[in-house]
Amino acid sequence: MTPRQRDENPAGIDLPLDPLPGHSSRGRLERVLRRGEFAVTTELNPPDSADPEDVYNRAKIFDGWVDAINAVDASGANCHMSSVGICALLTRMGYAPIMQIACRDKNRIAIQGDVLGGAAMGVANMLCLTGDGVQAGDQPGAKPVFDLDSMSLLETVRIMRDNGKFLSGRKLTTPPQVFLGAAVNPFAPPFDFRPIHLGKKIAAGAQFVQTQYCFDVPMFKTFMQKARDLGHTEKVFVLCGVGPLASAKTAKWIRSNVPGIHIPDAVIKRLEGAQDQKKEGKQLCTDIINEVKEIPGVSGIHVMAYRQEEYVAEIVDESGVLKGRQPWKREIRRDDQMVADRLDHILHDEITETQVDMVKTAH
Amino acid sequence: MSEQQPAVTQATLVKKAAPKSDYKPADVSPQRRVQRSFAVRLWSIRHSRLLEWFYSKFADAFLLLHPLWKGLGYGRVEAPIKFVEKRVKGFMFDCRMCGQCILSSTGMSCPMNCPKQLRNGPCGGVRANGNCEVEPNMPCVWVKAWEGSQNMVNSDKILTVQKPVDQSLRETSAWLRVTAQAAAAREAAAAPKTGAAA
Repeated sequence: MTPRQRDENPAGIDLPLDPLPGHSSRGRLERVLRRGEFAVTTELNPPDSADPEDVYNRAKIFDGWVDAINAVDASGANCHMSSVGICALLTRMGYAPIMQIACRDKNRIAIQGDVLGGAAMGVANMLCLTGDGVQAGDQPGAKPVFDLDSMSLLETVRIMRDNGKFLSGRKLTTPPQVFLGAAVNPFAPPFDFRPIHLGKKIAAGAQFVQTQYCFDVPMFKTFMQKARDLGHTEKVFVLCGVGPLASAKTAKWIRSNVPGIHIPDAVIKRLEGAQDQKKEGKQLCTDIINEVKEIPGVSGIHVMAYRQEEYVAEIVDESGVLKGRQPWKREIRRDDQMVADRLDHILHDEITETQVDMVKTAH
Repeated sequence: MSEQQPAVTQATLVKKAAPKSDYKPADVSPQRRVQRSFAVRLWSIRHSRLLEWFYSKFADAFLLLHPLWKGLGYGRVEAPIKFVEKRVKGFMFDCRMCGQCILSSTGMSCPMNCPKQLRNGPCGGVRANGNCEVEPNMPCVWVKAWEGSQNMVNSDKILTVQKPVDQSLRETSAWLRVTAQAAAAREAAAAPKTGAAA
């Protein structure tokens, strides 16, 4: 069998790709980035349900528009389906998930176990996060764990991958082959430390970083300038976080309630002045993408469209960042398609066969 | 079916009966409840250069006393030293006795005071005014650490990637451990020299 799409294992869409020299994972995202193509990633809104169809339906709307999907780990400390669970479902269907690991809920024993489990299921990308404080979520009485921090977590997974060892030094029989990611927020103080902090994350093992929502392009440019001067952009792929704002009211709410998101007054003014605020929010997002894609050192975008996931495709299309390239798309297998085509009439034809008729035709 | 639902539930009655002024501990986070003012902590960070100099002299003095500690037994002096260390560092830095002090790498700002206990840099949730995401009244430990480290001679020590906290060292003396390790390193460095000479 030959693969019909680039970056697909001919033996099955859910199987890892062939290892390539210089690649640390066998996933699609690393291949796209290392080829120098502009990558697009997005975030799946985790369902509050035990139905796998909910995950599949939410992933389906990104089909053919994104290179990888973040499986969030209880973002904002709100309880949802776990990132390991989402990854298990997505890898089965051939998607390339980015498994987020937050340090808030699990200690080092649980985390290292999840890294092995995730990698065994075919998760090729892992994003190491500190995680929001428990006070931000729906269960503020929970115990905050924070056994590791994002930096030591990165180092832990890097040691597991490169040295084939647990933190304790015990050997792994098969190390996890993962592409390691981290998050950066250039929009929160201390501003002059942030680029240096990025350097620290690279030293700890980060190979790609996704940034917090960028609404202030000049601020992001300053950050990238400093990162370039320090030589960081040659060692790490930077994916700029973007997303549409639903309205000026939402923007104001986010500004005062969600920690770490910086929205300048000009953005809110622009939204308030618009007739259709939702459309303007989408347009604003496209405009920001068009600006950030030109910044040297930016290797892709990370589109976070919480509860507006259906707009991701439009935003990516309108901004033209893919330059005609189509990311991997889940398609029905050729033999399955053939069977479906041949037997499709059963669903539509109204044949009522009686046993008497069947006996007659048999003779 | 004929039974009618009571218009007012018991829970509502209890809630209404409680006086409005009642103290609700859930409104205040546990860290805030035990936290005193930040004045001394912030003073220490402002004077990080002085403290860095003092700390290095202090470490040397402790190392000089190594024969004494060894003679008395490190295990035996642990309790009194810890008693002093806990109170002195508790006053100066709001020390949490993690037992593996990295103050000189974090601009004399104790990273264990961070609600997420981050030892490698700030999280992404720092407020625009430089305060903590979890404790809105507290200046971010890492914003202060960056300021403090810039005043210090070894200002690049903040760049080292710190290992995860070893929880088994909690409530032990970091001073004695550092001294014992430095003494061991000194002896190890001296040993091969004598071996080569002989």
